[in-house]
Amino acid sequence: MVTIHPKLSNELSQTVVSSTKSVKLKIKRSNPNVNSDEKFDEFVVPIEKWTTVLDSLLDVKSYLDHSVGIRYSCRQASCGSCGMKINGKLGLACFTKISELDSDTVTVEPMDNYPVVRDLVVNFDRMINNHKKIMPYVIREDSEIDAESGVREFLQSPKNVEKYIQFSNCIKCGLCNSACPTMAMDKSFVGPQALAQAYRYIADDRDKGKNKRLKIIDESHGIWRCHFAGSCSQVCPKGVDPAMGIQLLRGYLLGIRD
Amino acid sequence: MERETGAREGLKGWLHPGKIGKFGIERLAWLLMRLTGLGLLAYFIGHIYETSHILDGKAVWDKSLEMTQTTEGHLFLALVIGMCVFHTGNGIRLLIAQMGYGIGKAERPDYPYKPQSINMKGKACIYATLGMAALAMWYGMAVMFT
Repeated sequence: MVTIHPKLSNELSQTVVSSTKSVKLKIKRSNPNVNSDEKFDEFVVPIEKWTTVLDSLLDVKSYLDHSVGIRYSCRQASCGSCGMKINGKLGLACFTKISELDSDTVTVEPMDNYPVVRDLVVNFDRMINNHKKIMPYVIREDSEIDAESGVREFLQSPKNVEKYIQFSNCIKCGLCNSACPTMAMDKSFVGPQALAQAYRYIADDRDKGKNKRLKIIDESHGIWRCHFAGSCSQVCPKGVDPAMGIQLLRGYLLGIRD
Repeated sequence: MERETGAREGLKGWLHPGKIGKFGIERLAWLLMRLTGLGLLAYFIGHIYETSHILDGKAVWDKSLEMTQTTEGHLFLALVIGMCVFHTGNGIRLLIAQMGYGIGKAERPDYPYKPQSINMKGKACIYATLGMAALAMWYGMAVMFT
């Protein structure tokens, strides 16, 4: 059944000629807590040039079906909450304009390679656990805060910042893990997100935890399971390029890089 | 409790044609690398089995060789040649890339973000490898069928 947005249905009933465009939004619905059924619900929603997929989903939630399950927060591609498959392509709902999709129908589905919680919401436990596993923080024995000399900083040159700044853009949206073909088959693979973050901290010259991290990723389901399909980099909405980080990370294990 | 089924795409994540359309030639190269690797492994096992017939005498050996002297046998061997050339060529590309060469340099990214590791050099290498595999298959068939 297709549910039509009140703004559009009012216009239809009053036979007012409107310039408002509309699209059919197909949302994949499922609730594994109740049963294993999956279906697509269809909604007709108004759009403007600037309407994002997230705007339309919120429109559906506000006016047509409050029960649609989505996760979102910042609405500006900073929090990494609203990753999903949009017309089969992975992306952030808040960062994807409907007018740019060039389609009268927009199909939204939850990301692949994650357990579905409900509708478009997936469980990030595996990704977050792997992220924590690689110790995503600067490891030092000394402290930035020295009681005797007062507060000081671990100084770093702009040149050294450039070595890892790209990888620190990661917003943990999970799109890279969803695109990765190894993640599709290997339930223990650490994943491109965590590996790129391992590189981010190893390349940081303030960090002294290189050997600890290399030991964590140098195992049978670690870095060697990446075969450079590059799909992770193609879907990253922040330009992190995890595939590059992983290949550079290998350099440390192969002895090419110090 | 979250549904565990569907938590991984499984083989669909590898073989779905839509994936190649959306992720491009690099994803195709990745898939062909897996398939040719499995194909060559199967050929290797079959080859050991076939050549082991030499222990059963000349008559049995000659008979086992006849299997590859048919049109189907020639086409199969041409496929093996193609798999071998692609797997070798693409393997060298991956070896170089995985050592950190030809994948760009880490730097502050600017919008619109274009991943440096997915670049024209890599794409050209993949197309060249596919071309070499096709050429080797064509040459192999030319030799076998004349």
